[in-house]
Amino acid sequence: MAKKDAVIETRDLTKVYNGLVAVDRLNLRVYEGEVYGLLGPNGSGKTTTILMLLGLTEPTAGSVQVVGWDPRRYPLRVKAQVGYIPDRVGFYDDLTAWENLMYTAKLNGIPRREAYRRVDEALAWVGLSEVAHRPVRTFSRGMRQRLGVADVLIKRPRVIIMDEPTQGLDPESAREFLDLIRTLKKEGKTILLASHLLHQVQAVCDRVGLFHKGKKALEGTVEELGREVLGTSHYVIVEVEPDARHLVEPLRGLKYVQDVEVLDDRTLWVKSLRDVRPEVATAVVQHGSRLLRLDVELPSLDDIYTHYFQTAAEGVS
Amino acid sequence: MTVARATRVQREGSPWTGLWAVVAKEMADHLSSTRMHILEALIALTAIGTVYSAASAIRSVASLEPKFLFLKLFTVAQEPFPSFVDFLGFLVPLIAIALAFDAVNSEFNQHTLARVLSQPIYRDALLMGKFLAGLFTQFVIYAAIWLLIFGLGVIQLGVPPTGEEVGRALWLLVATVFYGGVWMAVALLFSVRFRQPATAALASIALWLFFTVFWGMIATSMASLIAPIRVGLPEELLAQARWQLALRRVAPGQLYAEILVALLRPEVRSLSIVLPFQLEGAILGQPLPLSQSVLLIWPHLTGLIAATLVLFALAYILFQRQEVRA
Ligand SMILES: Nc1ncnc2c1ncn2[C@@H]1O[C@H](COP(=O)(O)OP(=O)(O)OP(=O)(O)O)[C@@H](O)[C@H]1O
Ligand SMILES: [Mg+2]
Repeated sequence: MAKKDAVIETRDLTKVYNGLVAVDRLNLRVYEGEVYGLLGPNGSGKTTTILMLLGLTEPTAGSVQVVGWDPRRYPLRVKAQVGYIPDRVGFYDDLTAWENLMYTAKLNGIPRREAYRRVDEALAWVGLSEVAHRPVRTFSRGMRQRLGVADVLIKRPRVIIMDEPTQGLDPESAREFLDLIRTLKKEGKTILLASHLLHQVQAVCDRVGLFHKGKKALEGTVEELGREVLGTSHYVIVEVEPDARHLVEPLRGLKYVQDVEVLDDRTLWVKSLRDVRPEVATAVVQHGSRLLRLDVELPSLDDIYTHYFQTAAEGVS
Repeated sequence: MTVARATRVQREGSPWTGLWAVVAKEMADHLSSTRMHILEALIALTAIGTVYSAASAIRSVASLEPKFLFLKLFTVAQEPFPSFVDFLGFLVPLIAIALAFDAVNSEFNQHTLARVLSQPIYRDALLMGKFLAGLFTQFVIYAAIWLLIFGLGVIQLGVPPTGEEVGRALWLLVATVFYGGVWMAVALLFSVRFRQPATAALASIALWLFFTVFWGMIATSMASLIAPIRVGLPEELLAQARWQLALRRVAPGQLYAEILVALLRPEVRSLSIVLPFQLEGAILGQPLPLSQSVLLIWPHLTGLIAATLVLFALAYILFQRQEVRA
């Protein structure tokens, strides 16, 4: 992806809650059109960071720019262009979905006619048109979450910030929700996503930042993180006939390959820095074996995360 | 590593952006809520009941005292009913508290606060909008009740109200809204302070009970401590009575009661302690013109408004400092 301008930029952003450092000298850049995942265990400062980006919490130190404005000085301009779905997003239970969104439209100063249009559009976009005139009281968790998306769409934001958006959703609703995020990305929105549900972050994010005790410990694509934390970025799985063992040495000799493990008589596991499937295939054939299967896997964010925090914990003790 | 210290920055944009959107939504909520419907029914029934009995009492004496009949609708009591203004003294605080005790904490509890504040508005607009919506709602309710009373009056008494009576009723309306404003600001403050609406409601009612039931006694005993009567001189008696009145006036209910007296009984010439020589030259029983009565209640009315503003400012400061996350 070509690097465009940063729509979110923080410099040494710090938040201290009576002695407790919640966010520690954070330097974050999120570029136009990307999906960025804020990742980290509970209490690592994700929500605090988001609140400072929106000017909803005063930073203790450092500077912030969102869509080109400082949210402390120009909160209204920032909030006019940035949509925020808080964790456990809430609506007025006694009002209908439509009424709730109309209120949002009015708070954004959108004229009535235009508001009608946008509300209907947004509800249709998230598939809630049918229930538009039902009180939100009757909505399920998943419906509320989608209503949250409709709610931020009302203001036609450039940036959407979501805090734990898939928490409490069943796998099917979560998958649908991730699809919504992908569609938003296609429409050119910049998305900042805070979560600790790793495989979901991995599924939608271009880049992730790993938070640890208020600091951004790591940052990059999942591939880059894999290389940094696990020392590898690809796992190639090779299944051959009749026997795999004699391939171990030749494969070890290939460029970018770091290690080869024998899983069973016919299956090998090749750790490498690149996708080396073509080289592996050639080598297999050259050594007179028949190739049955050739797969590549990225290390999962789960592996990276677990490995990172285990090492971090060992480092402390 | 040193961290650049963030300086306090001046924020830009009007604090009232979005105010009217908040006011409109909150008023719609108030006017359609079951809670308010119950209270509206209660005050309407009270008005009808007291005005009926007052009207029949008035008719029997109307030929003797034909003046200010419509004002008497508010004040005349016929056993076993108290008068309408007796009811107002506690119905108004009740309605005011009901309007505001869950204003802010319900936003936290429904998790709507962060979402609303992430719209391009300041917190100022949200709090102010809720407060104004409460005041307007009270105005609507009382204006409707006043109309009901005057309507019943025309039917029952068979005469139209005079301009003077209408004027006095309008001033009373304003005073009533601000008397409610004080208690609404109290409830709003507690709704910011306490996360549980029930706690906020109870705290507001407790404060109201304190002022209605206990404050009078406290004022009396404090006055006798501050200005004790040693020998029984008239000056001593007077000093103590003055202190007592001053202390009593700390209670909004006392101020409102005095306003009621001055507005609804035009013959009342003073709200402070009157010594016989001060009445020299005054024609007793002669009603004051409206402008004079308004002068009389002016300190009281500004007192109520000031109390409302101070309490609202407290709620505002507290709310500005609060974290948005629930
Ligand atoms: N209002 C507050 N007062 C004091 N400390 C706070 C306050 N809000 C947050 N904190 C502290 O700041 C730290 C960071 O909290 P934050 O909510 O940003 O973490 P998070 O990464 O969003 O966690 P989670 O995954 O649980 O949502 C925590 O240690 C928390 O206890
Ligand atoms: Mg959080």
